[in-house]
Amino acid sequence: MAPHDLRRPFKRPAISDQQRRRELALLRQAQQRSDSHNRARQLASSLLSLPAADQPPSSPEPILEDQPIQIEPASPEPEPEPPEAAPTRDLNVVQASKLRGLEARRWFARQLMLPEWMIDVPPYLDRDWYVFARPAGMRCFVVSSNGTTVSRLRNGSVLHQFPSLLPSGARRKDLSGPAHSYCILDCIFHEPDQTYYVIDMVCWRGYSLYDCTAEFRFFWLNSKLAETGACGPPAAYHKYRFSVIPIYDCDQMGLQAAYAGVVPHVKDGLLFYNKHAHYQTGNTPLALVWKDEFSSQYFLDTDGTGQVPAQQQVVLELQDDGKLTTSDDPPVVFGCMDGEFLQKSNLRPGNLLRFAIGDESARLHDGRLEILDLQFVAKVNPRSRAFADSYSKVFFQYAARHSPLRIEDLIASIQPNLGDNSKTTDVDMDD
Amino acid sequence: MAMEVTQILLNAQSVDGSIRKHAEESLKQFQEQNLPAFLLSLSSELANNEKPVDSRKLAGLILKNALDAKEQHRKNELVQRWLALDIGVKAQIKAYLLQTLSSPVPDARSTASQVIAKIAGIELPQKQWPELIGSLLSNIHQLQPHVKQATLETLGYFCEEVSPQVVDQDQVNKILTAVVQGMNASEGSTDVRLAATRALYNALGFAQANFSNDMERDYIMRVVCEATLSPVVKIRQAAFECLVAISSTYYEKLASYMQDIFNITAKAVREDEEPVALQAIEFWSSICDEEIDILDEYGGDFTADSDIPCFYFIKQALPALVPMLLETLLKQEEDQDQDEGAWNLAMAGGTCLGLVARTVGDDVVPLVMPFIEENITKPDWRQREAATYAFGSILEGPSPDKLTRIVNVALNFMLSALMKDPNNHVKDTTAWTLGRIFEFLHGSTMETPIITKENCQQILTVLLQSMKDVPNVAEKACGALYFLAQGFEDVGSASPLSPYCQEIIQALLAVTHREDAGESRLRTAAYETLNEVVRCSTDETAPIVMQLVPVIMMELHQTLEAQKLSSDEREKQSELQGLLCGCLQVIIQKLGASETTKYAFLQYADQIMDLFLRVFACRNATVHEEAMLAIGALAYATGANFVKYMQGFYPYLEMGLQNFEEYQVCAITVGVVGDLCRALEDKILPFCDGIMTQLLKDLSSNQLHRSVKPPIFSCFGDIALAIGENFEKYLIYAMPMLQSAAELSAHAAAADDEMLEYTNQLRNGILEAYSGILQGFKNSPKTQLLLPYAPHVLQFLDTLYNEKDMDDTVMKTAIGVLGDLADTLGSHAGPLINRSVSSKDFLEECLSSDDHLIKESADWAKLAISRAIAG
Repeated sequence: MAPHDLRRPFKRPAISDQQRRRELALLRQAQQRSDSHNRARQLASSLLSLPAADQPPSSPEPILEDQPIQIEPASPEPEPEPPEAAPTRDLNVVQASKLRGLEARRWFARQLMLPEWMIDVPPYLDRDWYVFARPAGMRCFVVSSNGTTVSRLRNGSVLHQFPSLLPSGARRKDLSGPAHSYCILDCIFHEPDQTYYVIDMVCWRGYSLYDCTAEFRFFWLNSKLAETGACGPPAAYHKYRFSVIPIYDCDQMGLQAAYAGVVPHVKDGLLFYNKHAHYQTGNTPLALVWKDEFSSQYFLDTDGTGQVPAQQQVVLELQDDGKLTTSDDPPVVFGCMDGEFLQKSNLRPGNLLRFAIGDESARLHDGRLEILDLQFVAKVNPRSRAFADSYSKVFFQYAARHSPLRIEDLIASIQPNLGDNSKTTDVDMDD
Repeated sequence: MAMEVTQILLNAQSVDGSIRKHAEESLKQFQEQNLPAFLLSLSSELANNEKPVDSRKLAGLILKNALDAKEQHRKNELVQRWLALDIGVKAQIKAYLLQTLSSPVPDARSTASQVIAKIAGIELPQKQWPELIGSLLSNIHQLQPHVKQATLETLGYFCEEVSPQVVDQDQVNKILTAVVQGMNASEGSTDVRLAATRALYNALGFAQANFSNDMERDYIMRVVCEATLSPVVKIRQAAFECLVAISSTYYEKLASYMQDIFNITAKAVREDEEPVALQAIEFWSSICDEEIDILDEYGGDFTADSDIPCFYFIKQALPALVPMLLETLLKQEEDQDQDEGAWNLAMAGGTCLGLVARTVGDDVVPLVMPFIEENITKPDWRQREAATYAFGSILEGPSPDKLTRIVNVALNFMLSALMKDPNNHVKDTTAWTLGRIFEFLHGSTMETPIITKENCQQILTVLLQSMKDVPNVAEKACGALYFLAQGFEDVGSASPLSPYCQEIIQALLAVTHREDAGESRLRTAAYETLNEVVRCSTDETAPIVMQLVPVIMMELHQTLEAQKLSSDEREKQSELQGLLCGCLQVIIQKLGASETTKYAFLQYADQIMDLFLRVFACRNATVHEEAMLAIGALAYATGANFVKYMQGFYPYLEMGLQNFEEYQVCAITVGVVGDLCRALEDKILPFCDGIMTQLLKDLSSNQLHRSVKPPIFSCFGDIALAIGENFEKYLIYAMPMLQSAAELSAHAAAADDEMLEYTNQLRNGILEAYSGILQGFKNSPKTQLLLPYAPHVLQFLDTLYNEKDMDDTVMKTAIGVLGDLADTLGSHAGPLINRSVSSKDFLEECLSSDDHLIKESADWAKLAISRAIAG
């Protein structure tokens, strides 16, 4: 018998590099095939790619030194090319690091689905909506990829970087999936118990959930987080905790439970999500926030020092033509700056400015809020926030000071179900 | 006629080329004109003791080749051709062959043995030639030793060709009895005893029942062990080969013989001639293989229902086995490191020691360390080399905890030995050992890193210096660098190698340019290491990798410019082109994977594509494969813009799809079609007629290696997903093929693991095709075209579910297809799914799967189905 064929290469490489190249190519093809099937199934329309490593939060100026974020948002329309509008797209990587950092932060801020403030009760609240108690804390994106987990605030700056039990969230050989097996969670970081309350799931193991309904996302969120054990107690290497929030159908029981139920976190109002709505970035009327004095200590907006000012304050964006607008798309114009003041004050278009509204200088006209007089207070530090107030927020805050929408109003709008079997209306569903 | 055949057969072996050619043509003509007469005259030639031995041998060889071939499809043809022959002719041929076994000419007997076994391999499964075994066994009782010898040899070949399932246990018993009797020490003829021992080697596979019977097993084992003590070397060697075969086939039956076997093997390793000693070592290597497999499979948790328990033979033998193996390490040959094919006691012993380390882990370390410490500084190079080899051999298996401290101490010693030892063998083994250290004890999963920022520079200095050493040492140094880089693969941007990246790449390029880079596969090793350095590069070093692109392109360009090469030079040139294309592929994949580097890299796309097209003009399969792989990566990086290369590239794509002979090229090309589909999307449409035609031809061909067929089905899915409802015109061709393949694969009673694996690959390919087609038609007004096929798809899923032998990948794809069906066919799918027998159970099972990919697909399918049923 010839010497054992398998024995011969002991001092030779166990595998030929050509074979390795072949296998890696096959692996890449299989992965891409699977991606394109998932994309077709609208599970992974994501064109996201995350930076290999973010700066650790210990960096002295984390906000300015952020890595560029080469992320192109998934768009609801089938669109193979990344949208040209993606802000980071054409920027030179080497130069303009500050601008890029800001752009990156702005981009990140645009990726969150921002609920409008509830200014009237939507129809079919009980049938088409979920409700849950919003934990008090900082809204953020939690991204796990490449063996680390990074949380970013609404303004795009890094909040924490830590290992987690999310897929790809820690360097663990046994859990290592494909490198792109990242996750993006929409969370609120609740300082007192150092917990990330997961309020939505945007990407799971590289599957994009942007184009999935809230119904599906919440179902996915609850089952997937449970599976991975990501909500388990923090180990020595797992500093922050993740937790899910009970989500209720917005019937009378559900609304009561969300409003008055005991939860482990401080409440900051209620969030309402339309069951059929996709994860739509930016302001959306298909997710709503509502607060009152019982459910939130931030019922009335506070100013920079945390005090409730005597007069309502709003933050608006200064446009090229001096107009002062909200963050809505299209923007709502609430006023105009005169050119002379602008020149003196060294303000530039794009600046966010804080104004006070006198009690008598705003009014409701045909259901629309009109502001007659804006008193300039200060320029807003662009690092503390990226966007102006939305129209609904200004409206809600105005109403809160004058004739707030009360929990009783919400409950009253929900009729006990009397066997109404009419077909549900799908919103933004491609059926 | 008979006289003429003799002359033709002799002429066919003539030194004169034209005579030979003429004779070969005559034979071919004869065969084509009258096959039965041709085969008859060959068998008669073989049987005729009056004929010259050379014509008889060739006659037998041609007969054998008329019954068997390497390629499966050719083999099937030959089998059918034989079965179709006239019974009378076949009987006559068989009679001649059996008659030949009594010939006084050994070569004629031996050739006839092989032909008989080939015919038996064809006929016994058809329940033909039932009298064969009886007539062979009657020969055994003949007195003439040469007939006995030929008969035992025939029984040996018979057992090699025929599957045990087609032979009755009664006949098996008779065969084994004859064989074991022939091996007995009382057998007077050495030739008979040797033939019997060799026959037993093949017959062991038939002895399942006999090995379960204590008495019969004891008897066989005793005879085998006695044969290892025969005065004849060849018999001893054959007997040890039997022991090796027994160790893997009947591992679980060996416990009571191990002490004796250890004594026999130890004596052979220490005292016997090399071929025998090598087999004695192989016995222990084989036991290691078994125990490694068992421990792997059960992870050390044995329960009552484990198929085969681990007896821990190696662990028990360890205190005696390790010293025996360490002794062999000192028996190196001069120049063994320059000889690719070298295999000697020292190499076999080291290999076995490596397996022992993997089998027992930590326990091996204290037994080997004293040997290393004693020998590593000795003046005799053999002792230093043996010590180093021993150390390198035990690096895989023991826990890092056990090894890290030792390695930390040894590392400096090794680095200095690699620089300063005067002996090449020692340096070769030292560089190899460093490579093993980096392979097994360095990487992000290690708790205590052995490579730090501090010693990294020193290690690199030594390795880069060593890459200038003689080729065999330099090649090992490249190998060590390969694993050093690999260990930093996932450290991210802070790789300690980053500062030296430029220097490393320069050094590797310098190696590829060495005059003697053709020796000891040094050039290949240098490019492989370069590839690994590229794979492990970071954002930080991306600009350096980018600079490599024009360098490699220039090298490739130069190989294409070379003119008027001798065939030897051409072969070397092809090899180099393969390496360069491989390197470009790795670079493209690396730079194309990141948005930042992709755009900068794509400036080279036109030129690279141009080079690849020129490479295709060269006829060499390896190069085509490498260039094809690289083009797949380029298409992925380029995206829809790749369409501008399609006109130029398409002819080669088609060529690749037609390459039946070099099926690897065909398989890679099929994969590239998938890449193109994803890159070009509907822009691939103009090329689809040609591609689909070719793919359908490939599927219908029985010449194409079967492993290419599953990816072709997947490729249907890729195409459908890319061109959507335009796939309409291919439905009438593709769907029937998918259906018949699905039927075949659904019920393929998988005889063995390999067949089951293939069946599952095929199923996965078919399901991926369905998935792509269904999703491709989604939202199209032509969706109803798929409705007629839906029942079959569901039936396929039902059958898969009921067969219970699909793997996780198939399960995930299958449940995805159920979702796709619901998703695309919408409300039409509802009733179909409701009617299907097991969809619901299948879905439930997948929903509760532990495999997250299956569960995710199932969750999605559930959603799609609920929408379909509601809507």
